[in-house]
Amino acid sequence: MKLLNHTTKYLSLLLLPLITLWAIAFYYAMLDEIYDSLDDGLENQKILLMQRTKEDPSILQNTDFNKHVYAFKPISKNDYKHFKESYRDTLMYMYNEDDYEPVRIYESTLKHDNIYYKIKIITSMVEEDDLIGDLVQYLIGLYILLVISILLLNNILLKKIWKPFYHSIAQLKNFKIEKENKITTKPSTIDEFELLNKTITKLIKKSSDSYTEQKHFIENASHELQTPLAISINKLELFLENNPLDENQTKALAAVLDNLNRLTRLNKSLLLLSKIENKQFLNEETIDFSLLTADILEDFKDLLAHKNITINFENDATPKTIINRDLAIILLTNFIKNAIIHGHSNSEITIQLKTNSWAISNFGPSKALNENTLFTRFKKVGNNKKSSGLGLAINKAIATKYNLKLSYNFNDTHTFFIHFP
Amino acid sequence: MKILIIEDEPQMLDNMRLTLEREHYQIETAVDFKTASEKLGVYDYDCILLDITLPDGNGLDLLKQIKAQGKADGVIVVSAKDSLDDRLKGLNLGADDYLPKPFHNAELNARVKAVLRRLHFEGNNQIEIGNVKINPENRVVEVANEILELNRKEYAILMYLITNKNRLVTKSALAEHVWGDHIDQTDSFDFIYSQIKNLRKKLEKATINVEAVYGVGYKLNIAQ
Repeated sequence: MKLLNHTTKYLSLLLLPLITLWAIAFYYAMLDEIYDSLDDGLENQKILLMQRTKEDPSILQNTDFNKHVYAFKPISKNDYKHFKESYRDTLMYMYNEDDYEPVRIYESTLKHDNIYYKIKIITSMVEEDDLIGDLVQYLIGLYILLVISILLLNNILLKKIWKPFYHSIAQLKNFKIEKENKITTKPSTIDEFELLNKTITKLIKKSSDSYTEQKHFIENASHELQTPLAISINKLELFLENNPLDENQTKALAAVLDNLNRLTRLNKSLLLLSKIENKQFLNEETIDFSLLTADILEDFKDLLAHKNITINFENDATPKTIINRDLAIILLTNFIKNAIIHGHSNSEITIQLKTNSWAISNFGPSKALNENTLFTRFKKVGNNKKSSGLGLAINKAIATKYNLKLSYNFNDTHTFFIHFP
Repeated sequence: MKILIIEDEPQMLDNMRLTLEREHYQIETAVDFKTASEKLGVYDYDCILLDITLPDGNGLDLLKQIKAQGKADGVIVVSAKDSLDDRLKGLNLGADDYLPKPFHNAELNARVKAVLRRLHFEGNNQIEIGNVKINPENRVVEVANEILELNRKEYAILMYLITNKNRLVTKSALAEHVWGDHIDQTDSFDFIYSQIKNLRKKLEKATINVEAVYGVGYKLNIAQ
């Protein structure tokens, strides 16, 4: 849920009980004021009637409400003395409404020519159910109006205010450190956003710098390792040649040499990986993957014969893409080499070409590999001690550079795919 | 045959010198740009091993100097950088080969021999060893005047071992030379063994033989 709608949600939830409480209080206060004003009117009517009785005593004969809104009834002196004035509500039939409607009735006493009278005066009343109905309707209207205004306010005003914020987070969402795309922030007069922008810019710059530094560090370190490795290998080779050694000594020296050679290959792979990431392969051309596969397979002919693996090359389609030739060779060589090395002897490897994909499957251990870690550095499959664990990482780096997608699938055979854009 | 090694790392220089001296070449050395430039101005060499990164200059400038003097010296650029850029620059400037560090001694020897052979015999020389004759131009191998059918890899193995005759060639040096980086993992040594076995079978009538050295590598011997 968006920040804007979040506040609106809570505001509208809060408004509901607030308006309800306010409505109840308002209703009673208003009702009280209405009663007060009605009662005042009734009392005033009594005073007016008392004045009229002096001029026209005949009105005292009026004992019901058929003709007038008042009625007189003679009472005893004792009753007169103990009478308490009262206002109360009652129901009366109204002709216009064709229903019993509430009326306010005022009961009081008066004395005229030594006769005591009880006087009743009525006036029509507020219809409470109607009042409540009206009030609820108007309040619902008010509530809807408020929520709409808040929404509008949020969407127009707040959106404008939060614009630098949304701009910044949209950039962060698309930011990829290896893509080297810069982040631009929108200047804002709001301190918090300005602080956020500055912090983002600073952090991104710092991470990008250390990323670049790290990339170059690997490249430089690999370069620096080449010479001492070369010296060690060559010295040992000379020593092996120039000194008469027995079998054990020779084998021990050869083991050291083997490890140095492994180190050299590892170093070369690391160097290659940094070079790909540092964009040092610039020349690109359209490569026909069908032809290239055939070329590379030629190189593996004797290794295939040695393991008695047959290649099933289904090149019905000829996928082509623009890529650096050396990197395309490395990409396919790594996949083919892996398939041969991890494939069972006397089995079959299938290479299938489609217009937008290249796939290689081999029979190997009957267990799927972990696709999540497969293409990460130093992730060795099985217990192959001579594997550098960098082959697939290199492939991944090449694929990323040229927007190719790599995937893996296990279905009796292990299959690796290159999907062309 | 006179060879000049231009290399600023003394131990590296020593290794290269010792390796090539075994082949009875006359070796001269230079450890910096200035010495190298002076030597190149005075003497002629058959082959020059040129390190690109020198403390007081760029080896590629020396290459320009050699070519400007119109000398026919063979030049092999040696570099720890193994960058495509350097390789292309070197070859464009007229270098005969590019050898990235680290390399095997056997590889250095093979590259030097290849350059020398190309320069001095224009590729038409015939290599004779025992009763084996090889024509590198058309890759025809004869044993006792009979043509021997070798596939591409077997030929490469034989040539490499002949180039490094009487020397120990380690399995990894051989594998790297013949198969590149393709077989650097499991099975590789077993694989090389089976290839050597095939080659030996074909060389039955030859007076040369491939000797296995404690399972570490191979040595090509000429039967007396």
